[in-house]
Amino acid sequence: MDVMSTSPTSGEFGSSRVKRGLAEMLKGGVIMDVVTAEQARIAEDAGAVAVMALERVPADIRSQGGVARMSDPDLIDQIIATVSIPVMAKARIGHFVEAQVLQTLGVDYVDESEVLSPADYVNHIDKWKFTVPFVCGATNLGEALRRINEGAAMIRSKGEAGTGDVSEATKHIRKIKSEIAALSAMSKDELYVAAKELQAPYDLVAEVAERGALPVVLFTAGGVATPADAAMMMQLGADGVFVGSGIFKSGNPAARAAAVVKATTFYDDPSVIAEVSRGLGEAMVGINVADVPAPHRLAERGW
Amino acid sequence: MAGSGTGAPVGVLALQGDFREHIRVLASLGAEAVPVRRAEDVKAVSGLVIPGGESSVMDKLSRAFGVAEPLQEAIAEGMPVYGTCAGLIMLSDRIVDGIAGQQSLGGLDISVRRNAFGPQTESFEVDLDVPKLGAVPMHAVFIRAPVVDTVGERASAMSTLDDGRVVAVEQGNLLGTSFHPEITNDYRFHEYFLERVRHVGYHS
Repeated sequence: MDVMSTSPTSGEFGSSRVKRGLAEMLKGGVIMDVVTAEQARIAEDAGAVAVMALERVPADIRSQGGVARMSDPDLIDQIIATVSIPVMAKARIGHFVEAQVLQTLGVDYVDESEVLSPADYVNHIDKWKFTVPFVCGATNLGEALRRINEGAAMIRSKGEAGTGDVSEATKHIRKIKSEIAALSAMSKDELYVAAKELQAPYDLVAEVAERGALPVVLFTAGGVATPADAAMMMQLGADGVFVGSGIFKSGNPAARAAAVVKATTFYDDPSVIAEVSRGLGEAMVGINVADVPAPHRLAERGW
Repeated sequence: MAGSGTGAPVGVLALQGDFREHIRVLASLGAEAVPVRRAEDVKAVSGLVIPGGESSVMDKLSRAFGVAEPLQEAIAEGMPVYGTCAGLIMLSDRIVDGIAGQQSLGGLDISVRRNAFGPQTESFEVDLDVPKLGAVPMHAVFIRAPVVDTVGERASAMSTLDDGRVVAVEQGNLLGTSFHPEITNDYRFHEYFLERVRHVGYHS
């Protein structure tokens, strides 16, 4: 490797500002699940701001069943070698060794994800120990703050992955945003009880009340399948969107991916959303969340 | 002053990235800052900040929605522009390690290497000397940052890392940094940019 591509000898690596900062740069963008290097290239060409490298998209994990784990390092290497945008990869909840492996492989973000089978039903990963930043899922504010307390540098609302049904994503982003708004309206003496009820550290609760926002970027995930879905998440206050199965389980992934990117940027302009929604072919067929029996709902993993 | 009633507001390219942080910084410095997403938005601003984000996405969206061409015209006419990270890439005449077909707006006579430090674990923060902006070092945050590989005759370096790599440049009314002052508390580059905006009086 020549001198022009090595890092400086001085400087601080892996600080919160650097970890959270990458998520700040992803805002207004779409992060797409990909299972091959070819899909990663299509996503990058379509304007994805990052890709999530995994072996099976959530829709297939759901239909095939079995234990879902970290991807094969060969696959992650291939995807890192193929694209120049950031590459994320998933580790199982609590599986700190999978996270160590992903950090060694050089992924840009680790997703400690309920889409995979949890490895620890008590503890999440201590994310402060890592140089690589983590994104974690949350269904409500308390869960988001517990993950941030463990070192998460980015939060995504969970939704219900692999369904193509946006209703759970809607529920979770609305829940988080409304709980933040409620905190902001409280007087200081009410925040102590709020922290107890949220089961979250007081200092983080007070910070959220003061800012009117999480201290980290908040994306939405789980069920986004159309440009209008993505735009709705943005109008509900998401900083950006993860699209899992919705792109590569559809009829024309390249066109749909590009359309979702445009709809995310112009989320408040229905004429653009109408224009980009034309002629995209079939959306992923999907399943209604109401038809998924509770034990098979991924959003209930993690706590 | 610019954007405070006498002149046109200052724009921030708002296609993707941390444009809200730049709007907040510019507002804290007394400027009226507005998002720019379309060709008609370009006609209404006295200067432009191109934020951090993903340069390949900004490039695609700026061309798809017809904002690239008016921006190039405005740059050619002398509109002040400040780019951070991805914004620096957008302002460079030559991109090294771009994605297939990636273009830039251009303007700065430099070549910029995308993601020059490697994966996110190589992102860092460090104190930098920027002599033109005072004796106090600037705390700079580099996130999957680009560096300036070569500085052409018309451009000049404003700051370098200890190893000599150039991370801040200017040329006429154009300014670019590899790092992100907008996520720190040191806004000397934004102040320097706003001085230029006031001096030029573009669209006023």
